Amino acid sequence: MKWTLLTDPISKNNPITVLVLGVCSALAVTVKLEPALVMSLAVTVVTACSSLILSLLRDTIPPRIRIIVQLVVVATFVIAIDQLLRAFAYDVSKQLSVFVGLIITNCIIMGRIEAFALGHKPWPSFVDGLGNGLGYGMILVVVAFIRELFGSGALLGYPVIPESWYIANGGFYANNGLMILPPMALIVVGLIIWIQRTIIRPS
Amino acid sequence: MENTINIFIKSIFVDNMIFAFFLGMCSYIAVSKNVKTAVGLGVAVIVVQLITLPVNYLLNAYLLTPGSLAWISPELAGVDLRFLSFIIFIAVIASVVQILEMVIEKYTPTLYNQLGIFLPLIAVNCAIMGGSLFMQEREYATISETLAFAAGSGIGWCLAIIGIAAIREKMAYSNVPEPLRGVGITFILTGLMGIAFMSFMGIKL
Repeated sequence: MKWTLLTDPISKNNPITVLVLGVCSALAVTVKLEPALVMSLAVTVVTACSSLILSLLRDTIPPRIRIIVQLVVVATFVIAIDQLLRAFAYDVSKQLSVFVGLIITNCIIMGRIEAFALGHKPWPSFVDGLGNGLGYGMILVVVAFIRELFGSGALLGYPVIPESWYIANGGFYANNGLMILPPMALIVVGLIIWIQRTIIRPS
Repeated sequence: MENTINIFIKSIFVDNMIFAFFLGMCSYIAVSKNVKTAVGLGVAVIVVQLITLPVNYLLNAYLLTPGSLAWISPELAGVDLRFLSFIIFIAVIASVVQILEMVIEKYTPTLYNQLGIFLPLIAVNCAIMGGSLFMQEREYATISETLAFAAGSGIGWCLAIIGIAAIREKMAYSNVPEPLRGVGITFILTGLMGIAFMSFMGIKL
C-alpha cells in the first residue's frame, strides 16, 4: 500500500485545482461551512464506495455498457445518502437542495472510476477514491471558511467577529456582502489555484 | 403566458446556470478555448436540454410525485416514488444522448462531424441533470413552463460559454502571471462576468 495514493490527490494532484474536475457542485455549497462539510463527506463516501464496488466488478462489466453500469452504481449510493440526509439532517439537506443529486454527475467520481478503479485492485481503488474525496473536501472547506468568515462574520453558524467591531455598534467593521454572492466563489477558487500553482509548479 | 415568458427570461439572465448555480463548469472550462467549438457545445446543450426536460417532466408528473400513479388504479394513489427520481433522470439523460448521437450520425453526417464529439460530454454535464432536478424542485405547473425553462437555461449556458471563449481568445495576447494562466484566470474572469450578470437581478416581466 502506497501512501501517495492517499496524499497525492490532496496536494499535487488535487481534483479541483489541478485536474479541474467536479467544480460544478464545489462552488454552490460553499456559502457556509456546515453544508460544505456535509457535502465533502457525502462525496468522499460515494467516491470511495463506488470505486470499491466497480473495481470488484471490473472483470465482469462488458466495456460497451460500462458507463451506464457506473451511473447505476453511483446513483444507488447517492440515493442512499440523500435518504439518510433527509432522515437525520433535514436542514442541511434543504440547504444543499439539488446538489446532493448532482453528486451523480460529479466528474471526479466518473473520472476516478474510468481512470483508476477499472484497472486496479479493490483496496487501492478504495484508497484512491478516499484521497480524491478528501482533496475535493479540502478545497470546499477552505473556500467555505473564507466565504463564511468574511461574508457573515461567523464560522459554523457561531459569530466570531466581536459585536463591538461592527459599525452599527460604533465600531469600524462591516461584513462583505459580496462574499455571500455566487461570483465570489469563482474568484476565491481562482486565487487558491494561483497560490497553489505558485507553490507547486506543474512541470 | 406571461408567467412562461417570465420563466424564460429569468432562466437566461437571472438564474443563469453558470453564473448563479455553477452547473456544467467542467465542460465550460475544458471546451472554452475557442469560439467555434464553444458554439458547437452550447447548441448541443440547448438541444439536449429541450429533449430531456419535457421527458423528465412527464415522468415526474405521471410516475414519481406522490399520488401521480392514480391514473393506473386508485389503489396506487398513496405510493411515493420520489426517491427513484435521481436514477430515472440520469437514465433518461444518458439514453437520450446515446439515441441522439446515433440519429444524428445516421441522417446528418455533417452535423455529426460538428457536434458528435461533444455529445458524450453532455451526458455527464451537470447543467442537464441540474435542469431536471430544478424542474422537480420548483414544481413547474405545465409543460409549456418546463419548455420555457429548458430553452432559457440552455440559451443562458450557451451565452456564457460563448462569452468566456471570446474573452479567452483575446486573453491569449495578454501578459497573465504564469501560475494564473489557463484555469486560474478563467475562474476569475467567470467571477467578474457573474458580477456583471448580477445587474439583471430582480428583473420581472
